[in-house]
Amino acid sequence: MATTKAGNIELAGVCKRYGDLLAVDGVNLKIPDGAYCCFLGPSGCGKTTILRMIAGHEDPTEGEILIGGDNVVGLPPPQRRTAMMFQSYALFPHLTVSDNIAFPLRVRKASKEARIRLVGAMMEKVRISELADRLPGQLSGGQQQRVALARAAITEPRVLLLDEPLSALDEQLRIQMRQELRRMQRDLGITFIHVTHTQLEAIALADLVVVMESGRIKQAGPAREIYAAPKDRYVAEFVGGQNVLKCRVERVNGSSATLASQAAKGIEIPLAGTRHLAVGDEVDIAVRRDDLHLRRPDGNAAAAGVAGISARVRAVEYQGYFVKVMLDALGEEDFIAYVSEREFFGDPFTVGDVVVATWAAERSLLLA
Amino acid sequence: MSAGTPRALDRRPWTFYVLTCLFVAYVIALYGPMLCIYVLSFQDVRGGLVFPMKGLSLHWFVELFTQVRTGDVKGSFDRSIKLAMMVTVITVVVSFLAGMAFRRRFWGDGVVFYLMVGSLVAPGLVLGIGIGLLFQVFHLDPSWFTSALGAQLSLTLPFGVLVMFAVVSRFDRRWEEAARDLGASSWQTTRMVVIPILLPGLVAVALFGFTLSYDEFARTLQTSGSLNTLPVEIWTMTLNVTSPSLYSLGTVTTIVSFAIIGLCLGSIAQMQKRRAMRKADH
Repeated sequence: MATTKAGNIELAGVCKRYGDLLAVDGVNLKIPDGAYCCFLGPSGCGKTTILRMIAGHEDPTEGEILIGGDNVVGLPPPQRRTAMMFQSYALFPHLTVSDNIAFPLRVRKASKEARIRLVGAMMEKVRISELADRLPGQLSGGQQQRVALARAAITEPRVLLLDEPLSALDEQLRIQMRQELRRMQRDLGITFIHVTHTQLEAIALADLVVVMESGRIKQAGPAREIYAAPKDRYVAEFVGGQNVLKCRVERVNGSSATLASQAAKGIEIPLAGTRHLAVGDEVDIAVRRDDLHLRRPDGNAAAAGVAGISARVRAVEYQGYFVKVMLDALGEEDFIAYVSEREFFGDPFTVGDVVVATWAAERSLLLA
Repeated sequence: MSAGTPRALDRRPWTFYVLTCLFVAYVIALYGPMLCIYVLSFQDVRGGLVFPMKGLSLHWFVELFTQVRTGDVKGSFDRSIKLAMMVTVITVVVSFLAGMAFRRRFWGDGVVFYLMVGSLVAPGLVLGIGIGLLFQVFHLDPSWFTSALGAQLSLTLPFGVLVMFAVVSRFDRRWEEAARDLGASSWQTTRMVVIPILLPGLVAVALFGFTLSYDEFARTLQTSGSLNTLPVEIWTMTLNVTSPSLYSLGTVTTIVSFAIIGLCLGSIAQMQKRRAMRKADH
């Protein structure tokens, strides 16, 4: 086959229909070679279906999937040079660790010497050499993941597809193993596509985060962009770290607009580029939770360029290096401030206190 | 429990003793009759069909295999073993394939399933007579390797398939998918992943098939044709043989049954041991 080594992926108008259900609805995406890409979304959003279509375990109803520039729709997985790491790993229970890793070589009729050499090197790489003769049932979750990774990587695929790879692990191990995934991705230098419903996992790992909702891509971009500059309410709320406020446009003055919500007035935001607003329009804005400052109400008007909301403290959660203060703000379900520990305990609030939450108005983000 | 606790807590309730008695009675009822037969088969030449036991020898075992008047024991034993092996192979293969097929819903799956299990519900003797009649209608000669084989399969196949359903339900489809993902053809997947993982279940089906066939009587009686299988031969012997060689025959067949079960279990244990040994080697 005349495939290139490159593992850049392109999805062009990919749809997947199960009877009446449209699981994937016209997805277009480019993933560069050697990227760590995370598909992020709630269960049932179509992210796993996309992964399985790239892997060759499902065929798209419509559209093309290109790997290294070649359309791979209809090809079996080995010809695509992809490998998949299944949720809960699907290690063969009757084979030892080394036999599991050697499986892809055995079905390709590799010689015994080649098998021993390659499997040995791979086990070294993922640090499981001492487990070579154990059966999967005798391994911990983290060890199983390493075996699964080694088994998937042994044929030198150009794309590795990981379906919720960390969901079977407990919290601490999850953080440890995600670093290991990242390290392996750098070592192997191939494209990783990782499906998850955990925001922090995606943001911590990915070069490219793809946020999905009911079969569509809502936003795709670098982790920092997704977190700091969500495009719309859904992304802001799903990725987290933002408060979303529903506002009405009160005044438009050239390069800025003044908005008002039920709880706050005079939120002046800069207007960037093409977005056209008219007085009376309903818009959503996002305010980062860690941009909020809390103070006790003192009757003073807010300084220019500072927006503020007065609210009641609903709950306080100590998180170690910061304190999560949940507020009851008029008209909003969730309004949360992340206050640094030092700032909070300088003048701690208790549940029921009335506070004013302020932020620099130009830090508000206009959502689509 | 520490020494200071009242003894009353340690004492078993009266129901324990009632249930124990019940269980012992059950075991005696289950194994007592067989034990009587085994014991009586070791009498000497003066032996009769009832207690008390007369002497101790292997006389009736020798008689069994040398005297023609006791019936065609050797021939029927031979046929029963061959028939049981055929039944076993067919049962294992068909049950395996059916188990694989029924993992997914397909058109008419309910009908196929009930047709299969239905023959389990039908009275064996009636089914046997029916098969005999059908062979007559088609002018075919019934024999142990055609009509009797079919009659026995009507019992062992539903059993085997039901066992296979239970076994297959614990098989994770992701194993197959992973094998495919790693480049295995469907034949390689079956040979290297599916069959090895299902092997204990397949051995269980084989054991079932073999023992069910080996001592099947009701369905075989009307279908074995002119040459008898062992259970049918034993039955005819009870009609005209009045010596303890009948009992020694019971002892021999029991030994064969246990030997086969032991062989199967032994081979599984051996497989596991080899796997463990290989682990220890490194």
